[in-house]
This record gives sequence, structure tokens and C-alpha cells, in this order.
Amino acid sequence: MAVFKKLVRSAEGAKVPHNKNTENCETVKMPVPSRVYISMQQHIGAPAKACVKKGDEIKVGDVIGTAGGFISADIHSSVSGKVFAVDEMLFPNGAKVQTVVVDTDGLQTVSENIKVPVVTDHASFVQAVKDSGLVGLGGAGFPTSVKLAPRNLDEVDTLVINAAECEPYITADYREMMENGEDVVEGAKAVKQYLNLSKVIIGIEANKPQAIEKMKNLTASLEGFTVATLPSVYPQGAEKVLIEQVTGKEVPQGALPASVGVIVMNVASVGFIARYLKTGMPLVTKRITVDGDAVAKAQNVEVVIGTQVKDVIEFCGGYSQEPGKIIYGGPMMGTALTSDEMPIIKQNNAVLVFGKEKAVMPAINPCIRCGRCISACPMGLAPVEIALALSVKDSEELKALCVDLCMECGSCSFVCPAKRPVAQTMKEAKDFLRKADKKN
Amino acid sequence: MKLVVSSSPHITGKETTASIMQKVVIATVPAIIASVLVFGFRALLLTAVSVASCVAFEYLYEKLLKKPITVNDFSAVVTGILLAFNVPSTLPIWMVVVGAAVAIVVVKQLFGGIGFNFANPALAARIILGLSWTSQMTAWVFPKTFSGDAVASATPLTAYANGAGEMPNILDMFIGTTGGVLGETSALALLIGFVFLVATKVISPVIPVTYVATVAVLAVFLRVDPVVYVLGGGLLLGAIFMATDYTTSPYTAKGKIIFGIGMGVITVIIRRYGSMAEGVSYAILLMNLVVPYINRCTRQRPLGAPKKVKEAK
Repeated sequence: MAVFKKLVRSAEGAKVPHNKNTENCETVKMPVPSRVYISMQQHIGAPAKACVKKGDEIKVGDVIGTAGGFISADIHSSVSGKVFAVDEMLFPNGAKVQTVVVDTDGLQTVSENIKVPVVTDHASFVQAVKDSGLVGLGGAGFPTSVKLAPRNLDEVDTLVINAAECEPYITADYREMMENGEDVVEGAKAVKQYLNLSKVIIGIEANKPQAIEKMKNLTASLEGFTVATLPSVYPQGAEKVLIEQVTGKEVPQGALPASVGVIVMNVASVGFIARYLKTGMPLVTKRITVDGDAVAKAQNVEVVIGTQVKDVIEFCGGYSQEPGKIIYGGPMMGTALTSDEMPIIKQNNAVLVFGKEKAVMPAINPCIRCGRCISACPMGLAPVEIALALSVKDSEELKALCVDLCMECGSCSFVCPAKRPVAQTMKEAKDFLRKADKKN
Repeated sequence: MKLVVSSSPHITGKETTASIMQKVVIATVPAIIASVLVFGFRALLLTAVSVASCVAFEYLYEKLLKKPITVNDFSAVVTGILLAFNVPSTLPIWMVVVGAAVAIVVVKQLFGGIGFNFANPALAARIILGLSWTSQMTAWVFPKTFSGDAVASATPLTAYANGAGEMPNILDMFIGTTGGVLGETSALALLIGFVFLVATKVISPVIPVTYVATVAVLAVFLRVDPVVYVLGGGLLLGAIFMATDYTTSPYTAKGKIIFGIGMGVITVIIRRYGSMAEGVSYAILLMNLVVPYINRCTRQRPLGAPKKVKEAK
């Protein structure tokens, strides 16, 4: 009963504008820029360690950074050319990250180490995915090989493919389905086969009817495949929300999706796996949506990883007005950049450029306790109470309010009529609780 | 190049505190028109004075204490209209000004301004005016009724409670041509406002519906006329405009139901067994006071959290 479910948790989400201006823009391949900046941190976990030095000649697909731990990923060269420097670069999160700067030769000579992987079983499949350098392309950047080898593999029976693309503006995943729908199906078949799964559910938001139809047609004759139409309400693409929506299962607090027998993968990641198994070419390019009111031509662009944002913008006709804010990713969860010299990394799926007017958020007013943040929170949290508990530094109360479940989707800030930075307060509360827990 | 760097999200919805309050003002317009038609031009004068004094008190208080001026958020305008809705048309003008001072300065600003008042400002002011000048606050005029008959007693509810004389017919109570405070008599006008508030998602229908339904059901149960209980007093005004005040009502769905039922029970008990004919104001005020506890006891269960979230402390 929907009404009773609402009483347990209203979880209305946020009715964000869709702004899918680029949905019909076929992906354009951007030429290789003269210099690229390849970061050693393009994933969650330990950064990779650069294994090249200044002056080295490298080719497309060469390993230039080796995984720095269990949760980490290899970094491959996206270009052929000469290493100009191995330097440190300041990233938007404030971390200094080792970066390999390469002067490209424009030839894009492919490395002789590239060969089609031989995959026969689960172990060789996971190894192949590890060698490909794949990380979750939806934005989180979790190393895929780790995800595909859960401890309770025999209990996992479902692959959920996340094609919700609930962030406004971004259409990169939509283009993946429209242009590479066959790859997505092939990749899903490979994951299903080698992980011995019985079900594959492709979740697509209702605002992409063509993609839904296409994926339905492509999977009609396949056993165990279903295409689920998701409501067009932000954030359908949030992992736990998506799992509950398509399987009815709740991922317990602090647990991974595998604990309820599910693995969730972004649609572009799945499509990439199919291409890698066919060609052996690691993850060196990325399709990104370029949009916003300060870029001349909004479009989907395939760029080599390490391309600077300013080069991407220039390829898209340059700035149409003075930029006030540049965002990696969508406007709801994306990161604001300090400069347009930042490079594109694996898990980027969009670069949004906004003019001065849209760059500044409205003035903050007092909370009127309307409860919209509570109704909106997809996780069923109570941001207004969490904010209060944080203001009195009550870690016990924060724990009781389950603030650690917050995934920082931004729905609370979006719906707040007082324009309070609620999501930012939630982040602070999570951070406060983490530190308080450490102290005890 | 100078870029703005801020925490996500980078977009926000259209609704603002001011736009919400403006919609509440719009929702009161039918009832304002009804009050003028029923009680004459003095109704409009009282409303205007009430709004002007609420805004003025808010501005002066904030100016005096060097706080940010918040009169642009329209919340003082809403309080002013609702305060006027709660007084009879014959009330001396200066008493409304006193009511505005109580609502804005005492109930709202002294507790920290918008979002921090423990009770609905207009409602608390009505109660204080009622206790201070009881006769002026119950000096009803007798409007021309729809059915043409003069009403023998003040409000239908009072008449009913006293068991005195003729009752106005249902049509009069629905249209609003009965005695009472400015905003409460016309059920029709209040319901138009209610539909508008729900349609524009300013309020959830849960509180008004559970409140009114509880009163109606209990009235049937206690063998009193449910029609008079629902239409004859301040129930609709209270349920739609006073009990739905964000700050003083629960923000969980379950809490709203408990809040509505609680007010319904208290209202009927006061009306049926108390010495007063009306009980809406006290019912809302009493439930306002327990809102923090209701919120605490009716928390949602977060996705993936254990079935019983352990209470802190």
C-alpha cells in the first residue's frame, strides 16, 4: 500500500528540472590536445603510483600508474607522446595528486601491450576488468574489479544496471544506450555469465522513452533481462534508492548492495566492459556532456582522459559569456572547480559551465520548519533535526538520526524554501560524527 | 578567471519562504471578501490595520535590536490577516493593534523570530485578547442572513451550546452569513483557500482533514450535531490556516495525523463538556506545545536502518 509506505518514509525526492538539452547530440570525438594531464587519483581509494618519468616515450594504453592498494586502479596513457613532467596538481577537494603531464605527438600510436584478454571464468574476468582500469563511471569511481568480486559471490544473483541518469543536463549515459546499446547488452551478458547471475535489470528514468524502447528491443529475447521504467524524480540513480525501486530490497545501513544479492553498475561501465573484452583497449577516453549557459555549443564529446577543461570548452566553441562556475558532473552532486585547467578524469560524465548569474546561490534565510527536507530525503532522514543536533554537537542524537546514511544527493537543499545549504550541513554532521566516533 | 566554488547542489527550487507566504495570503482572499460581504467595510479596515501593525511591529523590533529585517518574507502579513480573522467586526481598532503587538513581539520575535515561535502568533494573540477583553471579543453583530431570518444568537455554535432558539440553516453556515469572528463564518471561502493551498503544495491536507474528521466522528459519537460542530464555529479557519502553521505543527506524516486527531479530541471535549462554546483555539494551542514530542516519536525509518531506531538518551 503506497499510502502506508509514505507513512514509514515519504522519500519524495526533488522535482529537479531535467534540462536534457543535449539528448539528441550525437557524440563528437574531440581531437587530441597538445598536452594532457593524467591524474593518478581517478577513483575512490588509494591513488595510483606513477611508473613513468620525465622524458619517457609512451603510447596509447601503456600503464603509466599502478594501483596503489586493493581499492585502487591502474592508470593508462590516453595518448602517445613524451612525458613532460610528473608533477603534483591541486584537485578541487583540496588534495595534492600526482599527475603525469604528457606532450602528445598526435599520432595516437597504440601500445604493443594491448591484446584481447582471454576470459574463461570469474577469476580471469575480474582480472581483465582490473587490467582495463575500469572504475564506476556514474561518478563515484569505485574500482569495478573490486565490486565484481564480492565476498558472498554465491549469494549475489542480480545485476542492476544504473541508467537512471537523474542529474539535470547530463545525457552521456543516454547517448551510451542510443549509440552503444549493443555494447551495454554484451557487457551485461558477460557480467551475468562470469558472476553466474540469474537476473539483469536495466533501470531507466521515464524521461528517456527512446532508450527504454531500444533496450527493451535489444533484450527481448534474452533470458533474465528486464528493463525497468523509473519515475523521473531525482535521485532515482542513487544506488540504494534504485535497488529498492527495482527489487523492493533495502540495503541495510552500513552494508553493500551485495548483502542483498545485488550488484549495481553504471550503464557506461557495462558498455565499456564489452568493448574492452573485444579490443583490449583500456579506459582511456570518456564521453562527457558539455552544457550550461556559458558554453557556446552544448554537446556530448568524447575526450581522451587528461584533457583540460579549457580545451574541452574551446572545442565546444569557447565561453559564450564570462564563466562564474564550472562543475565536474551534474548540478546536484557535482564539484565546483577552482580553475578551468583541471583535467577530465575517468568518472567525469559532464562539464557544466554557468555564467555569473547562475554561479551564486541565493541568500540564506531562517529555517521555517516546513519539513520539506524531510519529505524530500530519499533515505528518509530528517535534515532539520540533524542540523539541530549538529548545532548542539550531540553525536548520540546524530547517530540515532542515522546521519551516516546521507549520500549528499542535495535534494534537501534543492527543496528548502529558506535556501539553506542543508546538504552542506549534512556533510558537516557526518564529518562531525565520524570524528566523534574516532575519539571514543 | 574568477570562479565561484561552493558546495553542491548548485541549483535550487523556485519555492521561497516569501513565495509560500504569498500563496497563504492569496488563499485568505476569499475569506477576506466573504468577511467584507457579511460584516461590511469595517472588516476590511480591521484587516488592514492588523496587517499594517504586524508588519510595523516586526520592522521596528528588528530595527531596534539590529537584527536582519525580515518583513519581505510576508510572514508578518500572514499573521496580520489571521489575527484579523480571529476578531469580531465590532472590536475597537486599538485592540487589534495590541493583538498585533502580542502576536509579533511577544509570541514570535521574543522567541527568536520566524521558525522559532512555540505557538501560532495570531492564535496566541486571539486567546490573550479574548481573556483580556472578553465582552468585546464576543460582541457579535447580526449579519443579514441568506435565508432572510434574523439569527437569535451570536455564533451558531454558541446558540447550539446554549440550546437557545433557532439555529441558522446549513446554507447560511456554509456561505457564512452568521455571527462570528471575521474569518470563520464562511466555510465556502475557507474551503476555496484550502483547495488552493493543497493544490499549490503549500500545505499537506493531512492536518485539516484528520482534525475535521475527528471532530465530525466524535460529534456523531457523542450525539451532537456534526454539521454545527464542523461549520458553526472556528473549526475550518483553525484547521486550514492556524493548525497548518509550519513551525508549530509536526513535520512528519505520522505526526500530522496524531496532531490532527489530538486537536479534534480536545476541541470536542471543550465544546461538549467545557464551559466555553468554542474550543478550537485552545485545542490548537495545547497541541502546539507538544509538537516537539510528536516529531520525536514519529520519526521516519530511514532506508536500510534497523526496524526500531534506538532513541538517543
